Amino acid sequence: MATKASRSAARVMMAPAVILLLGWMLVPLIMTLWFSFRKYLPLRGGDLGFAGFDNYTRFVTSSAFWPAVQTTLVIVLGVLAITVVFGVLLALLLDQPMWGQGVVRILVIAPFFVMPTVSALVWKNMFMDPVNGLFAHLWRFFGADPVSWLSDASLPSIIMIVSWQWLPFATLILLTAVQSLDSEQLEAAEMDGAPKLKRFFYIILPHLSRAMTVVILIQTIFLLAIFAEIFVTTGGAFGTRTLSYLIFQRVLESQNVGLGSAGGVYAIILANIVAIFLMRIVGKNLDA
Amino acid sequence: MARAVSPRRKLMNTTFAWAIGLLIFFPILWTILTSFKTEAQAIASPPIFLGFDWTLENYSVVMERSNYGRFLWNSIIIAGGSTILGCIIAVPAAWSMAFVPSKRTKDILLWMLSTKMLPAVGVLYPIYLLFIQMGLLDSRAGLVIVLMLINLPIIIWMLYTYFKEIPGEILEAARMDGAGLKEELLYVLTPMAIPGIASTLLLNFILAWNEAFWTLNLTAAKAAPLTAFIASYSSPEGLFFAKLSAASTMAIAPILILGWFSQKQLVRGLTFGAVK
Repeated sequence: MATKASRSAARVMMAPAVILLLGWMLVPLIMTLWFSFRKYLPLRGGDLGFAGFDNYTRFVTSSAFWPAVQTTLVIVLGVLAITVVFGVLLALLLDQPMWGQGVVRILVIAPFFVMPTVSALVWKNMFMDPVNGLFAHLWRFFGADPVSWLSDASLPSIIMIVSWQWLPFATLILLTAVQSLDSEQLEAAEMDGAPKLKRFFYIILPHLSRAMTVVILIQTIFLLAIFAEIFVTTGGAFGTRTLSYLIFQRVLESQNVGLGSAGGVYAIILANIVAIFLMRIVGKNLDA
Repeated sequence: MARAVSPRRKLMNTTFAWAIGLLIFFPILWTILTSFKTEAQAIASPPIFLGFDWTLENYSVVMERSNYGRFLWNSIIIAGGSTILGCIIAVPAAWSMAFVPSKRTKDILLWMLSTKMLPAVGVLYPIYLLFIQMGLLDSRAGLVIVLMLINLPIIIWMLYTYFKEIPGEILEAARMDGAGLKEELLYVLTPMAIPGIASTLLLNFILAWNEAFWTLNLTAAKAAPLTAFIASYSSPEGLFFAKLSAASTMAIAPILILGWFSQKQLVRGLTFGAVK
């Protein structure tokens, strides 16, 4: 249906978006790559020449590297486990017939719309503050000693905050998937006498597997990059320094741009590995 | 898969779901309630839920003391500007991919989405440096550009899926009746595309409003939006629960309301069509 004229018109119309995104991707990427091979300390002498793979080896051999990898993994896996498990349960619950379904859905989704700095600050002060926080009141009420959440249980606290932010996202997407489930199949299984648990594991869960994969991939990409939640609550102290936060500190706080850029390249590679899997699923859907 | 169930079962579902819904919503509710308390009541032990003296004092203090209006205005300009600019660039691109598809359309679309996966921290310094050199650091224009670029793939993607739903036969019929490209765009496509464009604008406004990496790292005093304003409360001397709550409530209220309208678009916009 497309004529030659409309083809060239289409190309012109796409050009601005393509050129902008190409520039946005390539220019900083090339600069990061360039810096990663330089000894570059803006506040201590500037560009001090070619460094080979020094920055790359120094980044992974520094004492901060492995703890940061570990922290990143704990946070990402912790949040994924919580949001996916509770997301499935919540989606199944919200799919049941009930009164005020719309309102409950709004209540559950609301945290997703709270800006990250607000949720971090509200949790940090009003819930996790060891003196005046709500948890401290609760603990005292039951005769226990209040916990300094963000210093003594820093990782679980961060996981809790981030899970609260992302549970709505997982729930909403899984709910969309649950609602597309063919109810006849379930009814047939029910009539054949399949117990509830079996119906869940053999019909519902397989049906949700794709949505779960998508939730996991998308969340992983965002969770690898969480920043504000750590910036506001602990500033990277008490063992909450993730890989992205470590890079941020190297680049902007200690102004070791070469080292930070090498870290940045690692982060880009890591994110791309996840992205490839996600893109494959998206691409398959485009054909359908 | 809604089925008819006994009223007892329905009552159980309702009770359980409401309890969990309220539990998840509680931090937001608690923030809103605390914003109407006095500072003494905000930290009272045991905590007071509703029986306190409602006051609007915190709101007026926050507005006077911290120049709240300027932060709010920055947020509106940055989120609104980046969304509108993004749409102006994305509408033609999405239109051409949806209606004049070529062999490469799918690859281009996927490539555009993949730019969204680039971790911000990996390109932090280059952007920071470019911003200094171009005099964009701590400027609203700079943030408008960056947020437009990070959201552009999502905008194009959402518009593409909406445009795809417009049946091609209508276009053909219009062409048969002698409509040129201009008439086709103006009288046939635009009216049908407006709902999709509106939802796209809405979701991307929300995403830009809440963006908290670039807004924190590329602003200081002048162009800081609400995300940075709230982060400034994390210093110990700013620790007043009631005022913190009032500031937070004002920062999230507009988006909570907009967000409720955009639930459905959220799935479409953030899963890139991989979940339907």
